[in-house]
Amino acid sequence: MSKNYLKLQFYSYPRNQAFARDAVAAFCLELNPSLSDLSDVKTAVSEAVTNCTVHAYKNECGMVEVECEIEDNKLHIKVSDRGAGIADVKKAVQPFYTSLPSDERSGMGFTIMQTFMDEFSVESVYGEGTVVYMSKSFNPEVENA
Amino acid sequence: MVVTGYLKDRTLYLKLSGEMDEYSSREARARCDKLIDDNVNAKKIIINLSEVAFMDSTGIGFLIGRYKKAARLNVPLYVQQPNFAADKILNLSGIYSLIPKAE
Repeated sequence: MSKNYLKLQFYSYPRNQAFARDAVAAFCLELNPSLSDLSDVKTAVSEAVTNCTVHAYKNECGMVEVECEIEDNKLHIKVSDRGAGIADVKKAVQPFYTSLPSDERSGMGFTIMQTFMDEFSVESVYGEGTVVYMSKSFNPEVENA
Repeated sequence: MVVTGYLKDRTLYLKLSGEMDEYSSREARARCDKLIDDNVNAKKIIINLSEVAFMDSTGIGFLIGRYKKAARLNVPLYVQQPNFAADKILNLSGIYSLIPKAE
């Protein structure tokens, strides 16, 4: 399969969360994903983009960038913001850790990205922004009934 | 996200329909809490997820919030019929130990 590439740029408005995950899901349809894989990708993107709204920009308006690349049977996703950044990434990725416990946040966002995707990493500079990288391989033989 | 509710045999049934994310959960929270407040004589609350087409980790926070509210009223909370994807997230979070799945 040849390469394909997508770049989305949008404001960190909460109402754009659904748009972003649906756009990425539509983009990876050419990989013939199983419904379960498609759902995993949507959820992981939703987590990453929600982090931009809630944590990076703290509900102020900022720019979110989602880049996707398909290479053979693999989908690479990069979600970046120029927001607050994360002071302690190691702590932030721990299951159930949340910086906003009063807000009914589960602290499971990074854990879900990690679990639902094959590869996951976070780079963040405090005060400058955060980049999340995720990738997932798709089995080309899957047939959706 | 649409929330509907009815009381039957002192069980409050809350049904969520649509996509559960950070954006849509805001209204659903207020709506669920109002239904719980309006039905304080309920002995049990069951949240039906069969029409939740999408859920991210917001769903975990949402359910824990309703669990805390129900616990203050001494009412047990259950979830019902999560789809495959929602079930995966709820399992991962271990939430079923607090909020069991009802038949």
